[in-house]
Amino acid sequence: MRLERWGERLTRLYTILVFAFLFLPIIIVVVYSFNAGRHVTELLGFSTKWYGEAWSDRFLIEALKHSLTIATITAILATVLGTASALAMDRLGSRVRWLFELLTYVAIIVPGIVIGIATLIFIVTALDWLNPWIAYLTSSRGPEIGLGLGSVIAAHTLFTMAIVNVLVRTRMRGMDRTLIEASEDLFATPWRTFVQVTFPQLLPAIVAGGLLAFTFSFDDFIIAFFTAGQDQTVPIYLFASIRRGVSPEVNAIATVLLTVTIVAMVVAGLVYRRGQRRSGGAADRAGDTAVAGVPLAPAPQTADGSS
Amino acid sequence: MATAGRARNGRSARRGTAVLLALPTALWYLLFLVAPLVVLVVMSVGERSPNGGYAPGFTFTQYAALPTRFTPLVNTLGLAALNTTICAIVAFPVAYTLALKVRGTWKLVLVALVVVPFWTSFLIRTYAWMTLLGGNGIPRILGWIGFGDIQLLNTPFAVSLGIVYNYLPLMVLPIYVSLERLDKSFMEASRDLGAGPIATLRQIVLPLAAPGILSGIVLVFIPVMGEYLIPILLGGGKTYFLGNALADLFLQSRNWPFGSALAAVFVAGMIVLVAGYLALSRRLVRAGREQSLI
Repeated sequence: MRLERWGERLTRLYTILVFAFLFLPIIIVVVYSFNAGRHVTELLGFSTKWYGEAWSDRFLIEALKHSLTIATITAILATVLGTASALAMDRLGSRVRWLFELLTYVAIIVPGIVIGIATLIFIVTALDWLNPWIAYLTSSRGPEIGLGLGSVIAAHTLFTMAIVNVLVRTRMRGMDRTLIEASEDLFATPWRTFVQVTFPQLLPAIVAGGLLAFTFSFDDFIIAFFTAGQDQTVPIYLFASIRRGVSPEVNAIATVLLTVTIVAMVVAGLVYRRGQRRSGGAADRAGDTAVAGVPLAPAPQTADGSS
Repeated sequence: MATAGRARNGRSARRGTAVLLALPTALWYLLFLVAPLVVLVVMSVGERSPNGGYAPGFTFTQYAALPTRFTPLVNTLGLAALNTTICAIVAFPVAYTLALKVRGTWKLVLVALVVVPFWTSFLIRTYAWMTLLGGNGIPRILGWIGFGDIQLLNTPFAVSLGIVYNYLPLMVLPIYVSLERLDKSFMEASRDLGAGPIATLRQIVLPLAAPGILSGIVLVFIPVMGEYLIPILLGGGKTYFLGNALADLFLQSRNWPFGSALAAVFVAGMIVLVAGYLALSRRLVRAGREQSLI
């Protein structure tokens, strides 16, 4: 008994230490974003001047616009394509489904750096072949297609839609089939069954998948590094400025992004709890982790499904 | 007859909708996954043109030259395995406390707090560690206590720390979820039957947490294998990962065929590794479940 109590105290202390470890760098960033001094060594008192400088940095604002555009379009595409393919896989023949599953897992497993490189050489090769044709067909020196936001979106959508697909299919497996059958027995059209029965049940997974796609896309450095061409995104801008020797501006941007994230999480949490109360508190774990924003890896699900 | 006909019609209509729903995704996979990987493989059997880039050809010289990149390969595999293990060891007690020792609003807040760092920019977090580990950070404080002249930044230690720090949430959450589902009466039964805390942990908690630990390992191991930023920013480019070798080959020395060969082997290796791991873990989880429930 005594041993147990000591063990409990130790794990509790340990947990507090791990949380301190997790938040130490973040606290440092926030503190230095309000520091008047330019260098980390000089704590000169409170100032918000770095926020002003960040706001008037043309390159940074440009990068922010690019990042927001890429992440928004990626999130929409990934959610639509991932959900549509998840719904389709249920009805496809087993061989086609197997192929789809394989491609989905390959898209998730292939490291980001390889996706970036492969997309780069593919697009460069394809454009070498395509651009003369476009020039020929438009019979003018029209705008050449090159690397840019479009290629980043293409590569980001590839692996984020695979993640949405896995999340939605996991959710479908835990779904109550009898409701769909009841709806069909009551002569609802397939579309109506989807809108009124299937979609509301899949919604938490779809929302979680969309949020994840947005975050991954917004935070991705390595794929954009290879495929963005001349266009800068926030992570590319940050990488360049870290290598140049960083300006405290960076801390200000980080603090703003952090604040936005926390506010969004609190709002999402409140909305989720309200939705839960309305549905009679039928909490499901998939939804819980979905709000936490991390996909459950395919591993345990496939393990469950096959046994 | 009529009903059979209608059923068949309904089925083929369903097939039609399914194909329509799957088509855009299939095209996307074809255009941005299959085609790029095919180009990668084609390029890997090509030759390097004199001014860098690619010249058509069919040769395996690139693959024959792969052993020259043996060090980053071993580095990546070894460090990814080591750091994933450290991550799991660090994360388990945290997940355990969150799932079984904290209740109510506190639990929600703490779980959300685990995720907050994950939602802040990867680059910013890593940059913050550069500040902390650099000459004016922790080494200076250590100097005051009397441990002078310790270099932390640009060491393998800094790389490990960066990896564990950045990927910890991805390990804590799946373990938390699997422990959260754990039926607490098992633990009470174990205690009532006279098992000590360590026996309960080994025979009840760990087997039931196994699926969570396994998915955490996959979630951490895959991105760590492709890591590029942490070795550059925290390791000072001294700890060389496959990702860094690839980036150098494509961006600096512009040896695209050789880079493609390395990337192709990397992808093939990843797929074999993950597939083998999933098959193994499936068997382990099933065995564990049977054992723990009987």
